[in-house]
Amino acid sequence: MAKHIVTVNKASLQKTVQTGGCGECQASCQSACKTSCTVGNQVCQK
Amino acid sequence: MNMHRFTQNGMHIVLDVNSGAVHVVDRLTYDILAIFDGANDAAVLGAFGGEHGAEAVREVLAELRQLIAAEQLFSPPLTVPSVLASAPLVKSLCLHVAHDCNLRCTYCFAGTGDFGHDRGLMPRSVAERAVDFIIENSGPRRHCEVDFFGGEPLLNMDTVRHTVAHVRRREAETGKVFKLTLTTNALLLDQDIIDYLNAENISLVLSLDGREAVHDHMRPCADGSGSWAEVVDKARRVVEARQGENYYLRGTFTAHNLDFAADVLAMADLGFKQLSVEPVIGKDVDYALTEEHLPALFAEYEKLALIYLERRLAGNPFEFFHFNLNLHNGPCVAKRLMGCGAGHEYFAVTPEGDLYPCHQFVGRDEYRLGDVFAGVEKTELRQRFRRAHALNKAECRECWARFYCSGGCHANAQLFNGTIDQPYELGCKLQKKRLECALMVQASLALAANRE
Ligand code: SF4
Ligand code: SF4
Repeated sequence: MAKHIVTVNKASLQKTVQTGGCGECQASCQSACKTSCTVGNQVCQK
Repeated sequence: MNMHRFTQNGMHIVLDVNSGAVHVVDRLTYDILAIFDGANDAAVLGAFGGEHGAEAVREVLAELRQLIAAEQLFSPPLTVPSVLASAPLVKSLCLHVAHDCNLRCTYCFAGTGDFGHDRGLMPRSVAERAVDFIIENSGPRRHCEVDFFGGEPLLNMDTVRHTVAHVRRREAETGKVFKLTLTTNALLLDQDIIDYLNAENISLVLSLDGREAVHDHMRPCADGSGSWAEVVDKARRVVEARQGENYYLRGTFTAHNLDFAADVLAMADLGFKQLSVEPVIGKDVDYALTEEHLPALFAEYEKLALIYLERRLAGNPFEFFHFNLNLHNGPCVAKRLMGCGAGHEYFAVTPEGDLYPCHQFVGRDEYRLGDVFAGVEKTELRQRFRRAHALNKAECRECWARFYCSGGCHANAQLFNGTIDQPYELGCKLQKKRLECALMVQASLALAANRE
């Protein structure tokens, strides 16, 4: 157990460079009227 | 910038931008990261060893090295996924079924519904053709989307119903799956429409600006009277009828309610739990947000984040869209770069069938891309939108938020800077603050879960 650092997640965006891009997830808009689905808030559909 | 560190709510948080890893660190580690570059151990020891002791500094350095080895700190830059170079597929359309509205919201970018043009309703034939346009241009992609939008889409339920029936028929024929959404001010919801929207599994985006006085000031009826009481009543009915699922209640805040956390809480206390509020977009108007409002807005986001956490940990949660950051199974890099897809995968369709990059571009005539009958004619403009992703813009390339924000809103960039390649700075500052709050919230929840 590290003493100074706690890592919160096991994310690796790098891995998704090759595997991602299927485009099956929901479109996301940042404008006020559409409740901005900032992309980071989405879940991958795969 | 490949690492971002900040302190909020007493937590020192470090984001490794390229991997997406998030770390909560102690004060010493936080300070060391101000100068540590992965190779300058001696300098770090020199700077911190005296005060904190060489042993503690070496411990920190050893932990940092482990993170570097695991590619969770100073991880290498990402390459642009090849899918961005391929021809775009259409996945989503926003149908402006009614360029008219029964409210007169001061801040409406649609100019109270008519988008600067005639008030008009989309005929069935245009909507039907729009659905076929998605199917013909979505290639192998299975999931497609239609958002019924306006003005106020409930003013044209005939076309909505007809379109949904057409979608269902075409789904059966083609194997495509459509997600349907409707964005409404709620005023025209009656029992018949509520039952219909529920039966057809149509997601709702309902507009309420929070407290009564705030809402009524910006969202009056055509006769000038307030709309709050009626909106709350109708929104409650539809949300109850769908067991609190499949909706968002969203509001807009302006210079008139910089204390917008109170509006979010007002909505939560009314019994709504899926919430969002967004900064208004306005130029040279009394309600516009400006640089001088930022300190107050930042403090308000922090305040909201704390209350959000408190209520969540106390078992009385509400969802605030921007804090629901998924740190574990978020979208792939391709999606993070493409963001909204406006102008290449996502289009808005006017009542006449004209295609625009998105709902906010409607009425900016030089951005008309074509129509649903002939398809996209300005293919060069479409490519410009596809290329305008976070790794292709100077500001975004250097920005720590690039994989969460995906390069910002093109419509705002164009409005404020005259080009989609230069993001709207005030929007960026708010975006980054929201993200810090979301990271703090998610880190706090993760640590709380660890303790259990
Ligand atoms: S639009 Fe602004 S906040 Fe978003 S990535 Fe670009 S510079 Fe950063
Ligand atoms: S350009 Fe802006 S308003 Fe248009 S879809 Fe994208 S984020 Fe939304």
